[in-house]
Amino acid sequence: MAVFRFKTPVSEEDVRKLKIGDIIYVTGTLVTARDEAHKRALEYYEKGEKLPIDFEGVALYHCGPIIKKINDEWITVAAGPTTSTRMELFEAEFIEKFKVRIIIGKGGMGKKTAEACKKYGAVYCAFTGGAAVLAAEAIKKVKSVEWLDLGMPEALWVFEVENFGPLTVAIDTYGNNLYHEVMSKVEANKKEIYERLGLKKEE
Amino acid sequence: MNLVQKIEDTTVNLLRLAVTRLPRDVKDALKAAYERETDQTAKTQLKAILDNITLAEKTERPMCQDTGVIIFYVKICDKFEEISGLSEILKTATVRATREIPLRPNAVHPITQKNSGDNTGRYIPYINWEIIQGNFLEITVFPKGGGSENMSRLGMLKPGEGVEGMKKFVIDTVVQAGGQPCPPIILGVGIGGGADIAMKLAKKALLRPITQRHPDPEIAKIEEELLEAINETGIGPMGLGGKTTSLGVNIEYAHRHPASYPVGVVVQCWAARKATARIYPDGTVEYLTHEVGEK
Ligand code: SF4
Repeated sequence: MAVFRFKTPVSEEDVRKLKIGDIIYVTGTLVTARDEAHKRALEYYEKGEKLPIDFEGVALYHCGPIIKKINDEWITVAAGPTTSTRMELFEAEFIEKFKVRIIIGKGGMGKKTAEACKKYGAVYCAFTGGAAVLAAEAIKKVKSVEWLDLGMPEALWVFEVENFGPLTVAIDTYGNNLYHEVMSKVEANKKEIYERLGLKKEE
Repeated sequence: MNLVQKIEDTTVNLLRLAVTRLPRDVKDALKAAYERETDQTAKTQLKAILDNITLAEKTERPMCQDTGVIIFYVKICDKFEEISGLSEILKTATVRATREIPLRPNAVHPITQKNSGDNTGRYIPYINWEIIQGNFLEITVFPKGGGSENMSRLGMLKPGEGVEGMKKFVIDTVVQAGGQPCPPIILGVGIGGGADIAMKLAKKALLRPITQRHPDPEIAKIEEELLEAINETGIGPMGLGGKTTSLGVNIEYAHRHPASYPVGVVVQCWAARKATARIYPDGTVEYLTHEVGEK
């Protein structure tokens, strides 16, 4: 396990150094995107329309933040990660088309995303679920917001961050998936626990 | 002194305490877990949680962006007179807390999908009433996050499966949930009664400090056994592996119908928010879960 500090834009070469279990901290540009934003970005691409943001090399964050406007300035109140599995539908294509290098969320992602990470050079990282204040502290500024018509949680918030993390690499570019590794161990442990407690194994 | 105002202010304060500061038992358990873990990934997750808790306390901001659905447990005493209009007072306090703290508006109409914007709506905040003897009013606020609530389950087991079936059901619920409910989790388990009673008891069991075992030694033993088993699964903090999947298992039970064996499991995330206070007729307020003077 190693610790890395990255500045955006992050290159393909950078992320190919990472292995599951590594810890990274990101400084630079972080963009939030949930289901709706993923969907719209891909629709824009289809239609050949220009996106308001260049995603190449930035860190993409699955997050619906609470933001307050005080005297014309956006202030981040809380910005913890949201469950990433909902974005599984879009993420592989998103990685392919927009060359994002770091995806951040919670709960893990599936096979399609892992394959895209391997093929195009991206990693998926876990940020501690619920750690909203820790995240908000690392956000130094709201640089801009796009697609606010989708609502506050679904909009694209462009943050300037400093040492955003700790982020645990959970899917690397070698096809490894930390969540899957843990869960297959859990299944094996479950059998032993059942035996120890004298419970029947069938399910 | 205006007692109605006192109740409203205390309730707002309880909501603020609950979302910005964890009760001592949970905080201590998280610290102990951090010390115990040897796995680097697990340690990193627990450290992030502990740092987050400290920051939330210091900046008086909600420790998690999901400030939950607002649930109250209220004990009213036969000798406490300011009872009429209490549900309105609690509603007003919820609206105020939503604006002042702020809390995330989390009350959505299930058919129109419209968010009320202030955490109130039909049956929400939800109030559990209990009448006891004495001369005070006891209010517990219990904001419950959605991510962990979604992993809660009800099992209508066959009586023949008995205690063994119950243990399996609890362990399976945890394994199925994996990292989704933001572990380390706390489990509330309700056994018996009926479908609704088992779920209600499961949630109510979460009000008991995790350091306190059930008074019935038989039940206490099962609580310990299940906690150990769950931590042996290796799911770990955030489902990334480790020794700490759960901080505590609290069981509550009721007698059951001979033909049914209901088991309710309510999953609570590490952000186990709750706060309790007693209000006396002379306006004195006593906080039971948090070490604070009055605000
Ligand atoms: S499960 Fe709990 S800690 Fe995780 S995001 Fe929901 S409320 Fe927050």
